[in-house]
Amino acid sequence: MLVPLKWLKEYVDIDVSAEELAHRMTMTGSNVEGIHRKGEGIENVVVGKILTIEPHPNADKLVVCNVDTGTRQYRIVTGAPNVEAGQLVPVALDGATLPGGHKINRSKIRGVESWGMLCSGEELGLTDEDYPGAEIDGILVLKEEYPLGMDIREALGLDDDIIEFEITSNRPDCLSVIGIAREAAVTLDSSFRLPKIEVKAGVGDVNTEAAVKVKDPDLCPRYCARVVKDVKIAPSPRWMQQRLSAAGIRPINNIVDITNYVMLEMGQPMHAFDLDKLTGKTIVVRRAYDGEKLVTLDDKERLLNDNMLVIADTEKAIGLAGVMGGANTEISDDTRNVLLESATFDRGSIRMTAKTLGLRSESSSRFEKGLDINNARAAIDRAAQLIEELDAGTVVEGVIDVCNGSLDDRVLEVSWKRINELLGLDLSPEIMGNILKKLEFKVEIKGDNLELVIPSFRQDVEGVADIAEEVARIYGYDKIPMTLMEGTVSRGRRTRKQKLIDMVKDVLVGSGLYEVVTYSFTSPRVYETIGITDPQDIPKTVRIANPLGEDQSIMRTTQIPSILEVLSRNRNRGLPLCQVFEIGTAFLPKSLPLNELPEEKSILTIGEYGPGMDYYDLKGKIEILLKFLGLLNGAEFVPRVHPTFHPGRTAILKLGSAEAGIIGEIHPKVAENYQLEERVIMAELDLDILLDMAKDQRRYRPLPKYPAVTRDLALVVSKDTLAGQVERCIWEFGGELLEKVELFDVYAGSQIPEGYKSMAYALSYRAADRTLTDEEVNALHDSIVKGLEKTLGAKLR
Amino acid sequence: MQTKLEQIRKEAQDVLDKLDSLDGLNNFRIEYLGKKGKLTQILRGMGNLSPEERPKIGQLANEIRTYLEERIEIKRQLLEEEALNQRLKDETIDVTMPGKTYHRGKLHPLSIVLNEIKDIFLGLGFEIAEGPEVELDYYNFEALNIPKNHPARDTQDTFYITENILLRTHTSPTQIRVMEKQDPPIKIIVPGRVYRSDAVDATHSPIFHQVEGLVIDKNITMGDLKGTLDVFAKEMFGHRTRTQFRPHHFPFTEPSAEMDVSCTTCDGAGCRVCSYTGWIEILGAGMVHPKVLMYGGIDPEKYSGFAFGMGLDRITNLKYGIDDIRLLFENDIRFLDQF
Repeated sequence: MLVPLKWLKEYVDIDVSAEELAHRMTMTGSNVEGIHRKGEGIENVVVGKILTIEPHPNADKLVVCNVDTGTRQYRIVTGAPNVEAGQLVPVALDGATLPGGHKINRSKIRGVESWGMLCSGEELGLTDEDYPGAEIDGILVLKEEYPLGMDIREALGLDDDIIEFEITSNRPDCLSVIGIAREAAVTLDSSFRLPKIEVKAGVGDVNTEAAVKVKDPDLCPRYCARVVKDVKIAPSPRWMQQRLSAAGIRPINNIVDITNYVMLEMGQPMHAFDLDKLTGKTIVVRRAYDGEKLVTLDDKERLLNDNMLVIADTEKAIGLAGVMGGANTEISDDTRNVLLESATFDRGSIRMTAKTLGLRSESSSRFEKGLDINNARAAIDRAAQLIEELDAGTVVEGVIDVCNGSLDDRVLEVSWKRINELLGLDLSPEIMGNILKKLEFKVEIKGDNLELVIPSFRQDVEGVADIAEEVARIYGYDKIPMTLMEGTVSRGRRTRKQKLIDMVKDVLVGSGLYEVVTYSFTSPRVYETIGITDPQDIPKTVRIANPLGEDQSIMRTTQIPSILEVLSRNRNRGLPLCQVFEIGTAFLPKSLPLNELPEEKSILTIGEYGPGMDYYDLKGKIEILLKFLGLLNGAEFVPRVHPTFHPGRTAILKLGSAEAGIIGEIHPKVAENYQLEERVIMAELDLDILLDMAKDQRRYRPLPKYPAVTRDLALVVSKDTLAGQVERCIWEFGGELLEKVELFDVYAGSQIPEGYKSMAYALSYRAADRTLTDEEVNALHDSIVKGLEKTLGAKLR
Repeated sequence: MQTKLEQIRKEAQDVLDKLDSLDGLNNFRIEYLGKKGKLTQILRGMGNLSPEERPKIGQLANEIRTYLEERIEIKRQLLEEEALNQRLKDETIDVTMPGKTYHRGKLHPLSIVLNEIKDIFLGLGFEIAEGPEVELDYYNFEALNIPKNHPARDTQDTFYITENILLRTHTSPTQIRVMEKQDPPIKIIVPGRVYRSDAVDATHSPIFHQVEGLVIDKNITMGDLKGTLDVFAKEMFGHRTRTQFRPHHFPFTEPSAEMDVSCTTCDGAGCRVCSYTGWIEILGAGMVHPKVLMYGGIDPEKYSGFAFGMGLDRITNLKYGIDDIRLLFENDIRFLDQF
């Protein structure tokens, strides 16, 4: 809300600077976003009258003007095409400055001394909204009579500070200069005055000129109308145009400007209809028919439904109530008779209508916050008064006032003790009462309670919490002493899962991985990019109804694409080694269309590439993590084919019967989609499963007392025998005394027959209570060898 | 024989003195004291001696043996010492050359700052609650006193899945869920990812992170709100940090406030970072609205509470001087490595 300070001062005494006012208003709840000074940078530019114009002796396109600034006459050279004798223009004198830091000095222009510069609107930093004609190609010509020599800032109303307030949605009363003035008066403890509203009228009877029928009073609690005859459409006076422009509203003509002026001044949106275009001279306030059409003032045709409230005459819709008027009854230069509307509409209906049509206006943005029903009546009389003062027409006697809403006072009883409790203060009810009275509440202290009458412009106040806020903000938030909660000491702690996740991150960071954070939404085409093309393999996804773009329109079910993107980006930026992980959420809908919340699964995704890196680098990191979680012993890596991964270098991680994740080298075609030429290895694990199964209880086990006996075992097996199979077999036949099994060589070459390979293991045996004898170890070793032969056809090498 | 022994002693001594290698020393030992050694051979002839001479010669021989062994030992230690010193000298390296690289990763700056925030509040006795990112409209808005069709919804552009399911715009819905399940006292912070339909630029991202907090008990006052958040600010930004509370409006708190901290760059003097105001806004807060307590199944006559919410990405950027929020999601390793 833009509030020009000069206008504000009409309703409240302000004797502090704009900065001081802004600060104090912010501290009582009206946050100031900025102070604009239109005339900033303009110094020593005055109003001058062009007396004579002569051609420049040395330049065809220039002229020499003789300019009178009241005290002196100056010779000024200009190239402007529109100068004429008798014009009043802005004159930048020697030593003047213009916006942007330009300095104007006297100088010789083609041999003729020029003692300053005549200014265009652009040079003064003005647009047509600030002053009509400011944007023409030429000198700014002033249309009004100003004293010669007057500072141009004063003449054009640029010497005003415009304070921009941030108004929160609970205070529509502050979407008006008067509302801000009220707040300022309380903040500065100075006097506030409402404009004195007096309408002469006296002629005729409004009821013979027009009628109002409110068919849907639930959506329109109050509708006031006045009639103005013999209207003279003309520009509104300079002072009104200046105020409107400063507040950000474009001046149009006197009638429309008055309705906008009253909206800005009192916070009550108004509308003016061309009465002669109103069929039956009757206003009908009703819901639209389903499919009804209306062309609004912006010349767009709107398709309406029966939830929307329209203003109509006996034949057709003539306006979207509370949002925008219709083009068919627009005020034009030919308008002779006007019907003024000032009404209260249901806030929810206005908001929904505006939203559905994608049409927001100054009007709708006020109505949707809930306006004061009393204001409708006051505003229409104010508008009538201004019409009389501006001599824009003859106001007919009387107001049509269809009021179906309650005008009763709203009363509220609150405990002032409770207010102190909430705030942590110890104020007397008298102090609270004084504050509330300044805010125009009626207050009576009755024992522990304050009996209040809520001012009608405060629709937002409902209960004790609201009253507490009123007291606190005026008393001063800074005066509330800081305390720490009383009561028993509480125990701050993390849950088991939260602790485990922190530890998992530590392990991963220690393994050389950087934690990354990527977006949770992605493109539906991402599955194709990671090699999943069969529609049966594409998972169900949660789809966003109003995404920012197609490529951010589904919630992710995997983090593999976003990790690939991170790797790709780093590769493009020249990094030879990149190792990252993310712990995030996968969104899995239980059924589509979605009618319950999806499952949110916690997943850990790791991705890396680097010189000489392969599957085993990542497997090693996973094994470290599993060991830390106490899950390594039961873990099994089972080869699996998956379209995103290399068919021969991928495994599923199984913990018991649960599939806990996948690890593998990314399929070269998928890597290519991400411009990655090197081997990329990735894993995606179900963190919920891992953490549920994790064994995080540590317990001491005594160190071995007796030495171990080691034996090597070299086997020849068929080429496609897996190390996992061999090891499982060794453990199965090894018995309790087998302590360690370590693969130290795999060889396929000259001494091994085709189709076979040699695998060499170091086995370690130990008993807890004795040193093992060679005989015992041999026996164990033999049974292992026999077992391997039987199960896998393995032969000793 | 005696002379022969003395001769051997003298000869051995000379040879020993000239020895300069451990190998040579070993050979010497074998040569003089070994099974076929010179001293041993002489002693073989002891059988030809008279009974009076034998003990004397025997004693001398042993004495010489002992003496030589001692001298051998001394020489050995000396030679070993020399060998060691030589080895150490040969092993001298250029200690200024680069060390071997060991790879260690890092946590994301958002995690680092979140851990710090968690520690501060855990230290004040708070627990950490978490909730779903895809939420019901009811928990995200209605139960927070933002009814359907209310202008307050405009301040948070929302991503919708269906009419009643959306991507949460703040972590407050989780607070309602906790209130429904738990009786007061409640002291929680709720960190998490949130979503708002904002176009991406240097200060806005459609995905960002918040940390909200909720305290509900008997006799909680606005003074407690100020005190708790002031402690947080000082722990987070330094003990010289001052806080300022300005009245504001949120539908779910009443009274409401926004809290500023004194600018960490200029300590309140005014600079570009704080737009020359000396203050930086870091969070919104207020006393929990009685209607919200009721939605949570808590009696506003018996209990009161305060709530607060801050943007984690914003605070991370402030803390580290990061000037573009997009950097947090680009994950350039050179960026992540700085924290």
